[in-house]
Amino acid sequence: MFSPSHFTAVLLFATFASVVFGITQRSAPKAMVRYGALCWVSFVGVVIAASWLMWVIKK
Amino acid sequence: MASKVQVPAKTQTSSHGFPYSALIVGWLVPGAGHLLTGRWVRGLPLFLSITAMFWLGIAMQGKLYVPNTGDVLDMLGFAGDFGNGLFYALAQFRGMGNIAVQTVTADYGTKFIVVAGLLNFISAVDAHNLRIGRKA
Repeated sequence: MFSPSHFTAVLLFATFASVVFGITQRSAPKAMVRYGALCWVSFVGVVIAASWLMWVIKK
Repeated sequence: MASKVQVPAKTQTSSHGFPYSALIVGWLVPGAGHLLTGRWVRGLPLFLSITAMFWLGIAMQGKLYVPNTGDVLDMLGFAGDFGNGLFYALAQFRGMGNIAVQTVTADYGTKFIVVAGLLNFISAVDAHNLRIGRKA
């Protein structure tokens, strides 16, 4: 059984979803890479921001 | 009043034959629709991403939804899972994903499987757009 940590699961999810979004939502190769990278940073960034916010609320 | 909406000019269909072939093949096997339209450079990463997401979900002991349970949320889950095409059929045939979700990891796995299916729907529609010339 594969049992990644929550953050590893986030990184995997962000990577796979960003690849698909990048390829399907843009036409030019350069734009695909840029949009995929933006999606990846957004996915991971939002998770990190939300986790810090939850930490602050818990405190 | 003039509208700023830009409607792309309809281009001629790139090839003859059944126009929904890329859509159907792309749904059955992730990325295969792109391969059918000759875009293997796009098809390969799509195949790897969606396939990895689905099988990692299975490896995490994620649940595979089935139709006809009567629960609306289960039906929505099935709609997502159904997007995995042949992978869904293969996993059901092998009896995978039939265990009750008891761990957090299995819950992640269930989400991975559903999202892999939804991403494959997007991928198949993209392949269809390439096939009919709506997208370059």
